[in-house]
Amino acid sequence: MSTLTPTTEAPTLPTSAREYSTEVNPALVAELQAGGISLGETFEIAISSLTANKLRTLLTALGIIIGVAAVVALMAIGRGSQESITASITANGANLLTVRSGAANQGPGVGGGVGSAQTLTSADAKALADTQNVPDAALVSPEYNGNGQLVAGSLNTNARIVGAEPAYIGVHNLTLTEGDFITDDQVNSMANVAVLGANIATTLFPDGGAVGQSLRINRQSFKVAGVLASQGGGGFGSIDDGLIVPLSTAQRRLFGGRAIQGGAALVSTIVVQAKDQNSINNTLAEINQTLRIRHDLPDNGSADDFSVINQQDILNSVVQTTQTLTLFLGAIAAISLLVGGIGIMNIMLVSVRERTREIGLRKAIGARESDILTQFMLEALIISLIGGLIGLALGVLIALSVNLSGQIRAAPSLSAAVLAVSFSMLVGLFFGIAPARSAARLDPIDALRYE
Amino acid sequence: MDAIIQVRDLRKTYHMGDIEVPALRGVSFGIARGEFVAIMGPSGSGKSTLMNLLGCLDTPSAGQYFLDGLPVEQIERNLLAAVRNRKIGFVFQQFNLLPRQNAQENVALPLVYLGGVPASERMARAKEMLELVGLGDRLHHRPKELSGGQQQRVAIARALVTRPALLLADEPTGNLDSHASSEILALFEQLNRQGITIVLVTHEPDIAAHAQRVLTVRDGLLDSDTHGGLPATSVAVRPRLSVLRRRPPLAKRRSV
Repeated sequence: MSTLTPTTEAPTLPTSAREYSTEVNPALVAELQAGGISLGETFEIAISSLTANKLRTLLTALGIIIGVAAVVALMAIGRGSQESITASITANGANLLTVRSGAANQGPGVGGGVGSAQTLTSADAKALADTQNVPDAALVSPEYNGNGQLVAGSLNTNARIVGAEPAYIGVHNLTLTEGDFITDDQVNSMANVAVLGANIATTLFPDGGAVGQSLRINRQSFKVAGVLASQGGGGFGSIDDGLIVPLSTAQRRLFGGRAIQGGAALVSTIVVQAKDQNSINNTLAEINQTLRIRHDLPDNGSADDFSVINQQDILNSVVQTTQTLTLFLGAIAAISLLVGGIGIMNIMLVSVRERTREIGLRKAIGARESDILTQFMLEALIISLIGGLIGLALGVLIALSVNLSGQIRAAPSLSAAVLAVSFSMLVGLFFGIAPARSAARLDPIDALRYE
Repeated sequence: MDAIIQVRDLRKTYHMGDIEVPALRGVSFGIARGEFVAIMGPSGSGKSTLMNLLGCLDTPSAGQYFLDGLPVEQIERNLLAAVRNRKIGFVFQQFNLLPRQNAQENVALPLVYLGGVPASERMARAKEMLELVGLGDRLHHRPKELSGGQQQRVAIARALVTRPALLLADEPTGNLDSHASSEILALFEQLNRQGITIVLVTHEPDIAAHAQRVLTVRDGLLDSDTHGGLPATSVAVRPRLSVLRRRPPLAKRRSV
């Protein structure tokens, strides 16, 4: 047993003060410091205090629950939208560089704007496809974009028309649901064939079986060679609402007036797919060099008459924007966590007041200030941890039901969960200090007389 | 001769803003092991202050207080909790039992704060103490399922469970009817016969009459120090060490 024993078994009563030492024996201090309640026992006391009033504990935790749920759900929605935007950009193909006519608007003065002067030709595309010029390119797809009136039987619609070569399907990561894509032979022979986007196919041939049927584009007869699978993603130049014809057909038969200038066949864009992500910069440099030589641009710093858009740059800026948005949403949700923390402090201050006599008694029978402090800190921490975990579950549930709705995507992440729960613990720790200190500092005499 | 309590010129002054209120103005006395002493005095006499100082619930402004050989006034305030836990058993007017815990758990509570006592031993010792106060058949009753007298017995068992040097009771019968009061006082007398030192603070002469010795406090000073049946001897401020020297020890057995 660790009860205190005096240095002598039975000290005799001294007759004068001199017989008592005025120094406190260090061994005695050490003995008084030894022992005491263990952390485990304090934890049990904290738990039993919390379970004694379950409803109040839950209501105290409610602020934290809502805060954490909001943080987790909003971060998930932010991340989800980022992922879906990224997916819709990369749905057009990965590692793409898009070459357009006209200089990018740089520096002072009024620029011509991208595409204002048609300078890119089919010959440029052939030069870029030459591996001696651009060794880092995997595929090169020259494209001519236009619009036209489509008629099939009694149905008609206006649609985007793309003149393309066989490389198109690989560059843009497309698949066919039926039929074949445009072949080199068809490009060479300026064949009147068309490959339909998924939506156009259902618009013009609602009964299916489009392949082999004929339709009229700008009053010329075409045969349907194939139908593309839906690309999804929406926006960013989805081909679902357009159709594809051989590049030469588009240049010379459909848009002959505009596409042939001075004997050269113009293209709207040349899309170059780099071999992989690491070779994007090399590919960019090679494209620049090749086109500057072909366009006779001197090396004295004259402006390019074309521009190259790096898909990665667009992706990066989109990701950055959505990340900022996600952080912003999270910060707003974190404010509710803070309010939840104030709720904990408020209820715990009331609880300390209610339990004044209990605290007084515990101190009278041997609880040290640090024991009481620990007990109340643990109570605050347990409340915020429980609130954090319930809030986490709720937040994930909200994110999943948002996903089910199909309107917005939500992607719950482990990092957001860990962040939210540990932040809620910090909140509990911070707002638990004031009530715990006021409990620990209660004077046992006053506390025991408290009515 | 053993001195459980040795007090020399103990003083306590409270500060109410700028006003100094002297509650104890220099009190000296000794209490030997095995004594049953009542401290009496009207309200405002300094009796409660004296009890708080003896119970290590408060620290004196001046003077010396030795409790079982420990120089209490020199011990750091934070360490006084350990002194209270190991040296003193408290009995209060309000019982102060934890309402959600049963009698046995309430009695075992000081052992939790003592530390190093396994739960099974805590419960065994709590049971032993409850048997000692005659509640061996009420181990699992909650306070509200017990009468006032029984609750106070649980509180007494709790006070004794760490085997303290001193049992300090503050108006222990203040909330009890006369029947329960005499039961509790009989228990105190029984415990005292077993060697337990008891200091009982009260303002009722009937209660104080059960003690062998009565210290009367008035205006912050010791007014009288009376032994059972003998007429009051006014002692004023002088230390009464001679009293202790003259009297033989009352207890034959010292342990519970």
